[in-house]
Amino acid sequence: MTKLHVSEMEDIAARHPEIFRTTFWARFRMPLIVLAAVLYGVYCWWFFAIGAVLGNANWSLAGTYLADWVSYEVRPEIRMDDHGTMKIVYPRFSPLGDNPNPDWLIAERQTVTRTIEVPAAARTTSPKPTTSFMAPGAALGSAAAEAVTTAPPATETRTEEVVTRAEVVMGRSTRIEVLPGEVTVQHGGERLRVAIDGRTVTPETQPLPQWATQKRPGEKVVLSFGIAGWAEIEGDEVSIRKRFLGWANFVFDTRSPFFDKSASEVFSLIAWGDRIDPARSNISLAWNNILYNSEWQHLDVWTKLLQTIVMAFVGTVLATLLAFPLAFVAARNITRSWISNQLTKRFFDFLRSVDMLIWALFFTRAFGPGPLAGMSAIFLTDTGTLGKLYSEALENIDDKQREGVKSVGAPSVAVKRFGVLPQVLPVFVSQALYFWESNTRSATIIGAVGAGGIGLKLWEAMRTNSDWENVAYMVVLILIVVFVFDGISNALRSRLIGRAHH
Amino acid sequence: MAVNTLPKDFSESGALIERHWQELAAKRRLYTWLGLGLFAVAFCGSLWFANETNAGKFFDRLPYLFDFVGDMIPRDALEIFRALFDLPSPYYDGSFKYNYPEGRHYITDSFYVPEYFYKMLETLNIAIFSTIVGTVFGFVFCFLAARNLMPNWFVRGFVRRMMEILRAFPEVVLAGFFLAVLSLGPLPAVIAVSIHTIGALGKLFFEVVENADMKAEEGLRAAGANWIERVWFAIVPQVMPNFISYFLLRLEINVRASTIIGAVGGGGIGELLRLSIGQNHQAKTLAIVLLLFCTIVAVDQLSAWARRRLVGDQAFQLAQ
Repeated sequence: MTKLHVSEMEDIAARHPEIFRTTFWARFRMPLIVLAAVLYGVYCWWFFAIGAVLGNANWSLAGTYLADWVSYEVRPEIRMDDHGTMKIVYPRFSPLGDNPNPDWLIAERQTVTRTIEVPAAARTTSPKPTTSFMAPGAALGSAAAEAVTTAPPATETRTEEVVTRAEVVMGRSTRIEVLPGEVTVQHGGERLRVAIDGRTVTPETQPLPQWATQKRPGEKVVLSFGIAGWAEIEGDEVSIRKRFLGWANFVFDTRSPFFDKSASEVFSLIAWGDRIDPARSNISLAWNNILYNSEWQHLDVWTKLLQTIVMAFVGTVLATLLAFPLAFVAARNITRSWISNQLTKRFFDFLRSVDMLIWALFFTRAFGPGPLAGMSAIFLTDTGTLGKLYSEALENIDDKQREGVKSVGAPSVAVKRFGVLPQVLPVFVSQALYFWESNTRSATIIGAVGAGGIGLKLWEAMRTNSDWENVAYMVVLILIVVFVFDGISNALRSRLIGRAHH
Repeated sequence: MAVNTLPKDFSESGALIERHWQELAAKRRLYTWLGLGLFAVAFCGSLWFANETNAGKFFDRLPYLFDFVGDMIPRDALEIFRALFDLPSPYYDGSFKYNYPEGRHYITDSFYVPEYFYKMLETLNIAIFSTIVGTVFGFVFCFLAARNLMPNWFVRGFVRRMMEILRAFPEVVLAGFFLAVLSLGPLPAVIAVSIHTIGALGKLFFEVVENADMKAEEGLRAAGANWIERVWFAIVPQVMPNFISYFLLRLEINVRASTIIGAVGGGGIGELLRLSIGQNHQAKTLAIVLLLFCTIVAVDQLSAWARRRLVGDQAFQLAQ
């Protein structure tokens, strides 16, 4: 900046002495406010024990959860069997379906005939046809309770196909080769051979490369390959976790006849394929499969989202309808009675100050979980807020129009209709639109305390910590709804009161 | 009001104008009725849908609402204050319904903070701290998003989109995610409310900055000041009263938001309220409601008083 000469500065100071004679508060308020904020921050650091909490946080878990938002894992396990053979097992509900044969897992198979001892107690569980991802415990509970059938020990000679060598391609430079008794891992130009003997795990090179960890000698070796996934080598088993980008089985789940078909295949099946289910057409079957996708539950998610939208909409409309007449009673220039003014205003304050949360919990108890509770909570809170805003708008109107209408002998209703309403209606509607839009946002969180809608579903999906991809899906839907409603409300408001006012 | 028949004594052109006006008015009326009809259909459909998908139906549950209200009445008026101050209750029957001394937070051997006051303090601290965090970040970002200070549309657009996403991102998801990572405690609530506040305040702040008088900035620019000097000496003094007013407004909103976040697992008074309503503890529920109500009224009044002193009555519209 250009520097002033000292004499010039003194000259200015002499001409405007009042600028340099400020109070202590005026001079130091900025640093004082900053200091107070910093001190308060230190206090909160202690109060919330922020340092300790952040230090104890499981940040690697955070990375996995975040990765789960947009990707999924396939988890084959290569188990060591007797007689130098192996078995590849996928967990139930694997995203690859019942007959997985991925091209990144190369298995060499052999048909062998051998005599094996059948275990004395064989647990039989019937496969459960439907499960919901939101309550896996409930779905599995009945399966776990199945009776255990016992059979006498016996030997049996079986001819079966076994795996003698398996190779997992984890990435461009990452391969895991599994042979009976030996695992060879290649990653980033490094090579690690691990011997396994059914119980202990012995890496052949020490020290281990950076991507491999073993807590104690003989225990499992954990290999992490970053975003490509990770693997665990145990004494009798190699568990692979290969990560894929995207949402698994977003359209058709593994039980659907359309599963694992390309878009063109599905299209041709729908358009001119034979009926898969003789009872109905392929298109209705496909649509039904999409809606009742057990992993993504599209229909349920959409219903819940619609509930949230409805909660915000109906709540705001009812609040507007009730606040509108009450605001006329509350405005002191419209209703000239101090008692009714004060009563209505205090009523608005009461509705506003009893938090939306309290109303929501209260009505959830009364109506049961569902949109009625959220709707009632929004209705009552917003009646208070809108009533206050409306009555303030009414108190600030221009009196000339009212006088004009009154002077021609119009009755009181006509004075309000033609003298008052035209002035405030745009403001009223614009405020209502604004609250509609902001309620769409708050309805989500109200839902999470039990008032229905997508909030509850989100909360349930997050509780298990294993369905983050469903959370991501719902968040995307919510963001779309919020942005669309933002746009609609902004467009309507600027048409109503012009761009300058909001 | 509408005139439906043409008066006889119009001239030809007058009649034409009149007819044209009536056509326009009829069209307008048609659109109004159509809009209202559409609105009514949407409204009734919404009501039906809400009732249909609710766990209990409205008219079936209505009597229970009054039962519930009746259940809420405590055994005597003092019971509420016993619950509020953790004083022993004469009705103590071994359940949690009437055990009050359990939740005391002892500071010295004899002086304690009652549980609900402590939890209320926690909620208030969540609100204040996250509003400060949000204000600090919103302050930094708003100058990058204002058209008059950031000519680069790419930076401006990026910052604005980011704020929009922070604002619209459901708080419950943020809270749930950090709850999973950080384990139980108030910190997930702080992070969730802070992130939302950054987006909300950032938007309000940059709108204030865009309406600032640019003459002071021009003067500084003519004297050769750099970007930070121009912002700090020309813009900040102008916008500071409005910023503080919005800060206070946000504080009011955040006190409510942090109780709600508390109820979904973020600690604080909200969680206690949810539990006590769920377990039918009337006196406890009423004590918490009373405490919350008084706190919210106090915060609202304080903030309204401070804002009136700062910016006068003009900045009193609610904004979120």
